[in-house]
Amino acid sequence: MKLIYVNEEWCLACHLCEYNCAFANSGVRDMVTALKGKPIFPRIHIEGDEKISFAVSCRHCTDPICVKSCIAGAISKSDGVVRIDREKCVGCLTCVLVCPFGALSPGEDGIMQKCELCIQNSFDEPACVKGCPNKAIVYEEREGNK
Amino acid sequence: MNRYIIIGNGTAAVGCIEGIRSNDSEGSIIVISQENHAVYCRPLISYFLEDRTNIEKMNYRASDFYQKSGCTVIYGKTAVKIDTVAKQVFLDDATALPYTKLCVATGSSPFIPNFEGIENVNNKFTFMTIDDAIALKKTITKESKVLIIGAGLIGLKCAEGLHDKAGSITVCDLADRVLSSILDNDCAAIMQKHLEENNISFLLRDTAVKFEKNTAIMKSGKKINFDILVLAVGVKPNTDIIKNASGKIGRGIIVNEFMKTSLTDVYAAGDCTESLDASSESMKIMALMPNAYMQGHTAGVNMGGGNRKLNNMIPMNSIGFFGLHAMTAGSCFGEYIEENNEGYVKRFYINNGYLTGFMLVGKTERAGIYTSLIREKTPISEINFDMLKKVATSAAFSTEIRKKKFGGVI
Amino acid sequence: MGVEFIYPEFEVIRNENRCIACRVCERQCANEVHFFNTEHSVMVSDESKCVNCQRCVSLCPTRALKIVKSDCTLRENSNWENDTIKEIYKQANSGGVLLSSMGNPRPMPVYWDKILINASQVTNPPLDPPREPMETRVFLGRKPEKIERDETDKLKCEIPPQIELSMPVMFSAMSYGSISYNAHASLARAATEIGILYNTGEGGLHEDFYRYGKNTVVQVASGRFGVYKDYLEAGAAIEIKMGQGAKPGIGGHLPGAKIIGDVSKTRMIPEGSDAISPAPHHDIYSIEDLRQLVFSLKEATEYKKPIMVKVAAVHNIAAIASGIARSGADIIAIDGFRGGTGAAPTRIRDNVGIPIELALAAVDQRLRDEGIRNNISLVIGGSVRSSADVVKAIALGADACYIATAALLALGCHLCRTCQSGKCNWGIATQNPELVKRLNPDIGSKRLVNLMNAWRHEIKEFMGGMGINSIEALRGNRLMLRGIGMTEKELEILGISHAGE
Repeated sequence: MKLIYVNEEWCLACHLCEYNCAFANSGVRDMVTALKGKPIFPRIHIEGDEKISFAVSCRHCTDPICVKSCIAGAISKSDGVVRIDREKCVGCLTCVLVCPFGALSPGEDGIMQKCELCIQNSFDEPACVKGCPNKAIVYEEREGNK
Repeated sequence: MNRYIIIGNGTAAVGCIEGIRSNDSEGSIIVISQENHAVYCRPLISYFLEDRTNIEKMNYRASDFYQKSGCTVIYGKTAVKIDTVAKQVFLDDATALPYTKLCVATGSSPFIPNFEGIENVNNKFTFMTIDDAIALKKTITKESKVLIIGAGLIGLKCAEGLHDKAGSITVCDLADRVLSSILDNDCAAIMQKHLEENNISFLLRDTAVKFEKNTAIMKSGKKINFDILVLAVGVKPNTDIIKNASGKIGRGIIVNEFMKTSLTDVYAAGDCTESLDASSESMKIMALMPNAYMQGHTAGVNMGGGNRKLNNMIPMNSIGFFGLHAMTAGSCFGEYIEENNEGYVKRFYINNGYLTGFMLVGKTERAGIYTSLIREKTPISEINFDMLKKVATSAAFSTEIRKKKFGGVI
Repeated sequence: MGVEFIYPEFEVIRNENRCIACRVCERQCANEVHFFNTEHSVMVSDESKCVNCQRCVSLCPTRALKIVKSDCTLRENSNWENDTIKEIYKQANSGGVLLSSMGNPRPMPVYWDKILINASQVTNPPLDPPREPMETRVFLGRKPEKIERDETDKLKCEIPPQIELSMPVMFSAMSYGSISYNAHASLARAATEIGILYNTGEGGLHEDFYRYGKNTVVQVASGRFGVYKDYLEAGAAIEIKMGQGAKPGIGGHLPGAKIIGDVSKTRMIPEGSDAISPAPHHDIYSIEDLRQLVFSLKEATEYKKPIMVKVAAVHNIAAIASGIARSGADIIAIDGFRGGTGAAPTRIRDNVGIPIELALAAVDQRLRDEGIRNNISLVIGGSVRSSADVVKAIALGADACYIATAALLALGCHLCRTCQSGKCNWGIATQNPELVKRLNPDIGSKRLVNLMNAWRHEIKEFMGGMGINSIEALRGNRLMLRGIGMTEKELEILGISHAGE
């Protein structure tokens, strides 16, 4: 199955993915209304230093430790996608403590959110991938991921 | 066909069921549940008090979980004895259930010291089960003066849960600091200050020695009046059933990395066990939910005919009160490297070139990157620790490691 | 510094209603035009640094930005135009030669646009490219004069070395140093996929790109940078660069500051040393000298590769080309005065040389008149902008066209014409690693391939319309062209009739 991968060689640290993600998951039709004058809480974020940069979002692990660790039973994996039920999550951050990628972060309400490959919103491919100006973020199948 | 029996119906039991079913879809599974509830998220009982969740949302698994997993649950019964020769479990109603593989996931119980006069205290509660929480919620009023004995995780979570519902909350503990089992003095002081700012009062290095109706007489001589008493002194693993079957126990049921007890075909998982802490290479009770699941799952896989080791368990905790979060993992002893600034402290414990523990208060983003260093035993020399201690980021890894981490299928 | 005489050329217009202060513009501008005012939480800009490269405009996720030409002008004067006056100010300020990049922007005549292409009607039916095979393949190199047979009457099949192109277009010379590693990678990969050639320019060939050798023209220029045996053997052809359309008679100068790392290694000169390409080849002062170099290179490569000689289109181009055709060279490349450059003195770029259309027509005619047209293939460049320009060039007598500016545009170049600053925000004309990585060759090569495929389709459409099914049959077929709005003299040089004739 297709997953999001980052080729750090091409990441420009422009942070567009973060904004595209925040917009895609805002449920609002235009980006200006969705994001103007507000802090953003994207499900992908850029890390790096002066030399390299890369975007990090959920790896949708085969054997996800966050699913095993969630004390609220809010994280589950189905159809290859690790999802979070934000109704159940209480924001205890245990998933943050265990995710080796640092892929989960709280939303504005303190409840956790994570990349769900844009399957829950109206974008037909992940918004971060679509909006990446340098194809640093790609959505593809890779070896071992069928 | 295998007959699996799981004693207990908590997180470890779910892990065990899912572990068994990953290998064996045929065998029968019987779950013996002392509580009259389907599996729920035990750590959420404080959030339930707070109304941040409800009974329905607290379900750990969907309502059809047992059915879909082909499990029979026996509610309201307690397993009292294991006959390892006849391979049978006896319930409190004398029913004998034969098993081919057994998993003991009995969890732990509140430890209640023998306070003088405790029997005459009205409105005393423990805080371990959803029934405890429901009862507490029914009793509490806006005027209630609450005394909580024990400033550990359970006591303080209870305090937070009651915050908006009680008149006043006092927490006492014999220890000199809050959360003494996981935080050191400095970190505990930060957390205590934050709790005090949220109107939780503390009496430390002090505890009740005796009760006169609804007054606690403290060791210091102080007298504290209360309407509601919560006993959160500590917990003890439920090990009796193994002990009585002559299985090996320490403070908990001793299990190896396959989650096997010393008894043939008997496994154990969760809060009742004592297992190897990979960060300190010593046997420990690591009573926390993620470990319970993973232990249960490992036990289940092996019961179902698999051969899986679980050897990277470490103690860890993520705990927050009124918006301030603390995280700890591994063993936090000895020398540490500290990073601090306004609003946060990070302490890292490095032994022989490996990160063996950390303690974070206030700044916890992406802490899992630190945890993975302990769990995966990554040599500090392979990473840019100067960068990492400031910010948890995969940028501190080499390009090759990052490529491995992010480039393929995990 | 006293009075600033020159008002910024552009204005950055930010629609505050749309700007979400994501700061992408700030992060993407190497000229540091945009910055975030933390006190007021707004984006502000310093337009004096703006070169109008449109990077910020292109990446702004809410389309909150536009760059416009400032309407702050000096008093109108048809003789002393604004730009003319500002150039005086600049020189009065700096005391230096004005530098520019890319092609001549001045409104000089573009003859391509005064030439129209024929189509068949009734008497000689047009062809449908999708239905009928259309051949766009060309071979460059010296062609045999006639068919020859040996004593047993067998055909003599030995022909001089040729370059095969799937379509009559090549990417012309741009050195590694003037453009980035990723730009070169994009060109090399695209040329390989399309089945055409790209050109190393005079900067040598990066070791990573030797594997694209079959689709590479390796250049030998007056500085001889990066030239050695493996390099000569790596390419499909060798080009001797005598001149460049944007700066005829002028050498090149890549400052030492840019000669770092792989650029230094590839050019085979020490880091930090200026790379100076002399105006002449100091061993070539005559056609005879040129012939020596041509044969030296042939000797070095065992007569397996065609040798090209590239010259700028200058006044006497027909005679020069005739000389080159007799020097033993296999291909002549002529670069017109609208051609681009990574850096050139403005005055030279805008005033020296002649239009490629006229040069091409004159050269083709001269070589035919002298009966040596088959001795040599003719490649032209210097602002070939579309498939229509290609078709017109072929009909005027070219075997193939060189394109560079069009290729750079495909890679993202927005023709801001400040390559010389080395701060190309599109990752093309820069060696700054932070900027170079902005051009992902996966995207770059794909866009080049797209562009060439589109042109090839269009060329076939033109051919079909004319009833021609092989591009070779169009070469020099000037009957397929008509001029419009030209003088008798221009038509005479171009060798075409006026529309209606």
